[in-house]
Amino acid sequence: MNVNATYNDRVVRQFALMTLVWGIVGMSVGVLIAAQLLFPALNFDTPWLSYGRLRPLHTNAVIFAFGGSALFTTSYYVVQRTCHVRLFAPALAEFTFWGWQLIILAAAITLPLGITSGKEYAELEWPIDIAIAIVWVVYAVVFFGTLATRRVKHIYVANWFFAAYIITIAVLHIVNSAEIPVTMWKSYSAYAGVVDAMVEWWYGHNAVGFFLTAGFLGIMYYFVPKQAGRPVYSYRLSVVHFWALISIYMWAGPHHLIYTTLPDWAQSLGMVFSLMLIAPSWGGMINGIMTLSGAWHKLRTDPILKFLIVSLSFYGMSTFEGPMMSIKSVNALSHYTDWTIGHVHSGAIGWVAMISIGALYALIPKLWNRPAMYSTRLIDVHFWIMTIGIVLYVTSMWISGVMQGLMWRATNADGTLTYSFVEALKATYPYYAVRLAGGALVLSGMFVMAYNVIRTITHKDASAPAQPVLDPA
Amino acid sequence: MTVFWTTWIIVLTLGNVLFALWLLSSTARKKHGDAAAGPETTGHTWDGDLAEYNNPLPRWWLGMFYLSIVFGLGYLVLYPGLGAYRGTLNWSQANQWAGEMSAARVSGDRIYARYAAMDASALQHDPQAMQTARHLFAVNCAQCHGADGHGARGFPNLSAANYQWGRDPDTVIQTITEGREAAMPAWGEVLGDNGVRQVAEYVYTLSGRTGEPALAREGQALFATYCVACHGQDGRGTAALGAPNLTDTVWLYGGSVASIAETVTKGRQGQMPSQGSRLTPIQIRLLAAYVTGLAEESNGQQP
Repeated sequence: MNVNATYNDRVVRQFALMTLVWGIVGMSVGVLIAAQLLFPALNFDTPWLSYGRLRPLHTNAVIFAFGGSALFTTSYYVVQRTCHVRLFAPALAEFTFWGWQLIILAAAITLPLGITSGKEYAELEWPIDIAIAIVWVVYAVVFFGTLATRRVKHIYVANWFFAAYIITIAVLHIVNSAEIPVTMWKSYSAYAGVVDAMVEWWYGHNAVGFFLTAGFLGIMYYFVPKQAGRPVYSYRLSVVHFWALISIYMWAGPHHLIYTTLPDWAQSLGMVFSLMLIAPSWGGMINGIMTLSGAWHKLRTDPILKFLIVSLSFYGMSTFEGPMMSIKSVNALSHYTDWTIGHVHSGAIGWVAMISIGALYALIPKLWNRPAMYSTRLIDVHFWIMTIGIVLYVTSMWISGVMQGLMWRATNADGTLTYSFVEALKATYPYYAVRLAGGALVLSGMFVMAYNVIRTITHKDASAPAQPVLDPA
Repeated sequence: MTVFWTTWIIVLTLGNVLFALWLLSSTARKKHGDAAAGPETTGHTWDGDLAEYNNPLPRWWLGMFYLSIVFGLGYLVLYPGLGAYRGTLNWSQANQWAGEMSAARVSGDRIYARYAAMDASALQHDPQAMQTARHLFAVNCAQCHGADGHGARGFPNLSAANYQWGRDPDTVIQTITEGREAAMPAWGEVLGDNGVRQVAEYVYTLSGRTGEPALAREGQALFATYCVACHGQDGRGTAALGAPNLTDTVWLYGGSVASIAETVTKGRQGQMPSQGSRLTPIQIRLLAAYVTGLAEESNGQQP
């Protein structure tokens, strides 16, 4: 029998399970640091449990461990199915799994030890940066190798987004991580001053644009039409919004540096291109939601579809909110406040986590040869716990963010500040409590999911079959 | 910025915008056979059942895209963005800041001009002046001295009857303006454990408390040798040196025998940072009036 006759789902199963594990770990750390803001004693006077070290651990764990594993899972699954061919170079695919897990492990050890390059979302030190670059290039070989050996002429739209994300993340990571090592665990950035800040946010914002947006749009373009059983709404719209999105996103980074020492012209370009980004971003939302037209009744019975559609709603909301926050006068209020935290989490939990979880619920029964998840009802329970959690999280941070901005900026006629910093902090406390409750709900939803997944894959009829490669139509 | 870089920025910026416009215009045209959610797909199928319709771009979405481009180009005409081109409004964040600051100064100067004519006591009795002072204190002083000025271990309590460096208005103004560096030397090596214990017991009794008489007597002799130079024969301190009065109930680092022993053994290095470059002279006068007012308030309440 031809070796190409079955899909390579082993690596997909491995990544799928680790997505769940890292989701629980990353969100647990998030809940802990949210609690620390409310009860500072929860750092137990231990340096490696302190907020400053755990916060990058939380962001790295949810973005790169949970989100990254979700993207590996789905891109490997989708590229095989839509190219009608077995994954290229299975040994290399296996290497990306173990490599990525080791990198996450290294992050989980070094960040609490205080080993950091100090660049937000790129805190890992140079030896780990090199490992990331190697694993990522191998990932590209596997993905593009599969694409190159495809048995259909046309490349499915999900793969455009996966391809853009893989190429761009390689470029972003390598350029932003250019650094000069001084010891085994200490390096300094190759850039200085405001140039360093600009490179950092060019990286940081495009990590949002390509890792957290383009990659997850790839997931959307496969799982929404699959789950809805409907064709994608508009091929033409996908072409326009794909090219507009990837070209315009590149410029938006400076909006993280509004009213700083970054020159005015760069700030303006960051703002203008951010505003031009609304329509290209929404193209993906329209294509996803309109795909469901004619199948809306399925939302009543299929909680997986609810995850996918609500994730698209959060996607639309945060891709509108982001450009609004890039407007200079709005940014003057929102910058450095909890509003930013609320915005990020409506994207990260509402969009990224929800679509990943929806995709996992759709994938896992297929990967373990079951007709459906152990309990559809528990999927529904998870959906509602998570939705309520996100709403609590995001609204509390909106309110506290706007309040902080107003309090920080309030001045008296004599030129003094109306409120000291501590007064604004004190006013924030109730919202920290609501945020903690919201985060705890999101995390508890993950445990419901873990139970459901374990019951599904340990079912007596569950197996890990080698599924035959489907012949192109 | 050189002509080259300005050109580079303009070409890339406008090039990308033109690319977006070309994308829109080339795909926006209705083609024959288009039907919203019609039965026709592009004819490609993947993974068994994945297909695509080819619906036209939603009109409202196209309108939104064009609008954002028009806004963007308009903004780049009015504001700096295209390299060295400054925009027709001649706006810059530095100008905006300067404008806001000078507007604030106009109203602020009028208020401070009134305070300038008042002495410390008049300031203390003027509610508006004390309001200004309270805000200045909350932003500049409360971090160490506490929101109520009661301080903390190592940070002086400003409502106390005695200040380490003196609390007449001129001295307080000098303390705030220039800052202070206190230096209590470490006596552990010189006195040894026993000596430290004895001196601590003696200092403990200076504020009217009873310690262990035998130790305190030994300590008195040591005190006369090593401590009187700064703290004085009677232990009342020397404000000019920042040497605290040991006979009152004000203890910056704690008044227990153990705390005193620790202070004697290791010494103390208190630092009050200078505010002269951050605050104006009248703001400092306001703060001096405010903090000494705190002391009077609290002394009045003492039994």
